Amino acid sequence: MPGKPRLTYFNGRGRMEPVRWLLAAAGVEFEEIFLETKEQYEMLIKDGSLLFQQVPLVEMDGMKMVQTRAILSYIAGKYNLYGNDLKERALIDMYVEGIADLMQMILIFPFSPPEAKEKNLDSLKERATNRYFPVFEKVLKEHGQDFLVGNKFSWADVQLIEAILAVEEKIPAVLSGFPQLQAFKIRMSNMPTIKKFLQLGSPRKPPPDECYIETVLKILK
Amino acid sequence: MAGKPKLYYTKGRGKMESIRWLLAAAGVEFEEEFIEKKEDLEKLRNGGFLLFQQVPMVEMDGMKMVQTRAILSYIAAKYNLYGKDLKERAWIDMYVEGTTDLMGMMLYLPFQSGDVKEKNLALVIERAATRYFPVYEKALKDHGHDYLVGNKLSWADVHLLEAILAVEEYKPDILSAFPVLQAFKGRTSNIPTIKKFLQPGSQRKPPADEKFIANVKKIFDM
Repeated sequence: MPGKPRLTYFNGRGRMEPVRWLLAAAGVEFEEIFLETKEQYEMLIKDGSLLFQQVPLVEMDGMKMVQTRAILSYIAGKYNLYGNDLKERALIDMYVEGIADLMQMILIFPFSPPEAKEKNLDSLKERATNRYFPVFEKVLKEHGQDFLVGNKFSWADVQLIEAILAVEEKIPAVLSGFPQLQAFKIRMSNMPTIKKFLQLGSPRKPPPDECYIETVLKILK
Repeated sequence: MAGKPKLYYTKGRGKMESIRWLLAAAGVEFEEEFIEKKEDLEKLRNGGFLLFQQVPMVEMDGMKMVQTRAILSYIAAKYNLYGKDLKERAWIDMYVEGTTDLMGMMLYLPFQSGDVKEKNLALVIERAATRYFPVYEKALKDHGHDYLVGNKLSWADVHLLEAILAVEEYKPDILSAFPVLQAFKGRTSNIPTIKKFLQPGSQRKPPADEKFIANVKKIFDM
């Protein structure tokens, strides 16, 4: 029965947030089920819903999809956010993978011990400003177009705006050396579907707090 | 200029091995340039060859591709190893992400020692036997086909064989409870391109030894 995609995850960003972003950017409405207890999680495993016993889980088009990248690739492919041909897809993949490496640093941050947090924040700042943001600044400057790949809105743009906002939450002035990215951020934020997602009341999740961390640790331990 | 793909990496498995496997399985000849000392890596970085300053890097079809998954996806699609539609591609992606997680656990084992290594190795074996291999055993058993997706050889099959052989190096009898995977292993190893890759003299790399590990640590400041 073709209904809305149904997302199962904790009530927080984690690995599901890029999926929420991409569906929202594509203008696709979705439902969410939030994992709150270990019993719920164990039920999902028991009834065979989780291929590798892990979430995220996205039920869509008759499939119980797991593995974030598989889910994102499918959504990008289905909603024409994956470029015009193989080479554009390769570029999008390269950009998205780079951004995912940066986002990974943010993902594990709340779960790192207090004494490691300052060092991890420094690493995040270093990587964002020396390794990742310069690449996208240069790409946008060189072709002068609004979007990263093929002069057309793609998954790569969605991933980049998500990453910029996430890094800015931790390092507010991080874009100070990147005028192209500043302009990109404003342009993307004003695209109707993204603008809607950035407003209060959308499915966008807030940054992880103590309650979220506790829930994840309780359920996955 | 359409030449052979050129792979830039150290002379060992690491993250490049899956790419060697896939190109080989697709019957594509490739060249390799090995990073043997720090200066080699720095030359690539300073020359602007590496988008995110990292290897693997594969020069192919006029692109300097980085990021293992991007490279593998491109090769899979180009050589018709990525299913026939979006849904088959999604299944291939799901299966490959599983074997990637499993092989990712093994990636750093050669760099570890003592209790840490023992503990991580035990986890690899446990995950292989209880989380990953049962999935592929069931998938093959349920549809009874020779291949994981769409009754046709795909990236998922190549990656699964690579993962099976990698785990077997640590635990030779890991497939004892998985008869369907045993048959899969036998069949897939006999596919001519793969059979060739599994023979001595191919570009398949051996498991990491002490000397190699020491050199990698030096090159990457580990």
